[in-house]
Amino acid sequence: MMNSIKQQLMNLFKKQSDLTTILLFAAGVLTMPIWLDPIGANYPDLLQKFVIFGIFAVGYNILFGLTGYLSFGHAVFLGVGSYTAVWSFKLFTMNVLPAMLFATLISGLIAAAIGFVSMRRSGIYFSILTLAFAQMFYNLAYSVLIPITNGETGLQLRMHDIRIIDNYFSDPAPGLPSTELFGMSMNGYSGFYFCAVVLILAFYVAMKIFRSPFGMKLKAIKSNQHRMRYTGSDTRPYLITAFIISGMFAGLAGALLAVTDPLAGAERMQWTASGEVILMTILGGVGTLFGPLLGVGIIKYLENIFSTINESVLQQFFSFLPQWGENFMVAIVSPFVGDGWHLTLGILFMIIIIFLPGGLMEGFQKIKKRYLTKGVKDSESTTKQE
Amino acid sequence: MSKPVLKISNVNKSFGGLQALRDINLEIEKGKVHAIIGPNGAGKSTLLNVCVGLLKPDSGSVTFNGGINVIGKSPHEINQMGLARVFQTPEIFPDLSLLENVMIPAFSKRDGAFHLQLFRSLASETKITQEAKEVLASVGMEAKADEIAGSLSRGDKRRLELAMCLIQHPDLLLLDEPTAGMARHDTNKTIELLKKIKEGGMTKIIIEHDMHVVFSVADTISVLAQGAIIATGTPDEIRGNPIVQEAYLGGAEL
Repeated sequence: MMNSIKQQLMNLFKKQSDLTTILLFAAGVLTMPIWLDPIGANYPDLLQKFVIFGIFAVGYNILFGLTGYLSFGHAVFLGVGSYTAVWSFKLFTMNVLPAMLFATLISGLIAAAIGFVSMRRSGIYFSILTLAFAQMFYNLAYSVLIPITNGETGLQLRMHDIRIIDNYFSDPAPGLPSTELFGMSMNGYSGFYFCAVVLILAFYVAMKIFRSPFGMKLKAIKSNQHRMRYTGSDTRPYLITAFIISGMFAGLAGALLAVTDPLAGAERMQWTASGEVILMTILGGVGTLFGPLLGVGIIKYLENIFSTINESVLQQFFSFLPQWGENFMVAIVSPFVGDGWHLTLGILFMIIIIFLPGGLMEGFQKIKKRYLTKGVKDSESTTKQE
Repeated sequence: MSKPVLKISNVNKSFGGLQALRDINLEIEKGKVHAIIGPNGAGKSTLLNVCVGLLKPDSGSVTFNGGINVIGKSPHEINQMGLARVFQTPEIFPDLSLLENVMIPAFSKRDGAFHLQLFRSLASETKITQEAKEVLASVGMEAKADEIAGSLSRGDKRRLELAMCLIQHPDLLLLDEPTAGMARHDTNKTIELLKKIKEGGMTKIIIEHDMHVVFSVADTISVLAQGAIIATGTPDEIRGNPIVQEAYLGGAEL
């Protein structure tokens, strides 16, 4: 009797249907302004970052999480996506949909080229190849590609941009135009909700891939590529496809960065940006559906909220203590906040890697398992007593 | 005599000064279990690697299923032809569940070397899931279907690897020392299993040290010594062959 209840509980956790998962996820994402309010993260700029980098990380996880190939160059696609989107705003229309479409396609093409070459090698050599490509693109953006990237100034909208489609239908309004979706402005909360919907769609695509034979084959390649070849699968096209898909996700995220703020700069392509997405993925849990999103949340929260805490905020926080205690606590805590937020991130990262190599998701799994098995033991002992 | 599944003709291979294979001629008949035995360094593994196209012989040819050239083909092409392989140390997918381990080769068989199906749901793959469960049951591991393969014992890993090959219904199954490193109990279990598959009529090449295994399951035995085949025949013929006893068994009675 108790066992069957436990079984049902396990099934509920284990075999969530696609529909339940995506509905829960959508509800969680769309209510972010509500549940992030108490921790001070409810402002449009940060909310947008959460969901945009969420898309980046979810896509990166399709490559790194499923195949185990560690790319150090995915920021390239973020940058390419941004540049393409801004060019679409300059040349065609301020409508965001064509910009996103072009950005995704062109990042996909570049990912195909980089993937084709880099996937000739595996392990550390693959990582180094992708890093080399990334640095090449980063430096080209400041030199040969200046006509496209506008160098250090960054690519911006201008008054005299041609915008063929928009100007065909209406005379240009005075002032710089802003990005829109059929008249809906992409600033503030409407920008967040639009990006949130894109994240939900992107998450749905990733979930379908995770739960398809294709996804299972990628996991098999990660587990034992040698056996996979002797099992009759040509692993290279599978790996390149995964690389292209994750590149397209990154391009889409880059486009959304330009949608919410129509400016593209090469610093977006620097290798530290690629490093950040790796950090996010590992922190949350490599190869899990939700893990990378958790990682994004933590890192972006630390970067944007923790980094603004200064001594006066701390003094206020510890003001309930006697003066000496307040001074003591402020002195202890202040190196970890404000500009020192990297220190907090570093310590957090080390703790997680050492104790939970599977990321935060592993921690949740452990808690869930302990709770469930404990429940069963309790019920067993009560049945025995009966 | 029916057409051979695998035909090895005049194969020579040397590594530097060492001639590993000398003028090997061998035909593997359909539906038969062909064992290749020989002392250490006789060239058994070299011969096996030539059979699967991994090593390119200096001269000679290896053809599969009536004339398809094997030499120089990549591993996935060889498998797609219908040739499956069990390795000396079990090669499985340690991070996947047993069921998934068996489903993957079934997918490869159905989908070919590469097939893009990003949005097909695993839950809708009832046919292959069912098939995988049956194959796991046939090697006696259905109870462990949801366990992670990496935690299995060596003998269980070997049985799992065998199941992964069986689900593909290959035309030819190559077994490289299927009982190497196994406890007696596990070896006997494996022999039972091999006998069971034999009834299914699958053609097999077994490379093996353990005479007990070889004489239990083989229809034909070839004896390899110093890179050459010195005898081929039924287990009884091999047992009574004085050349074999001299060269391999050191004159000991079998």
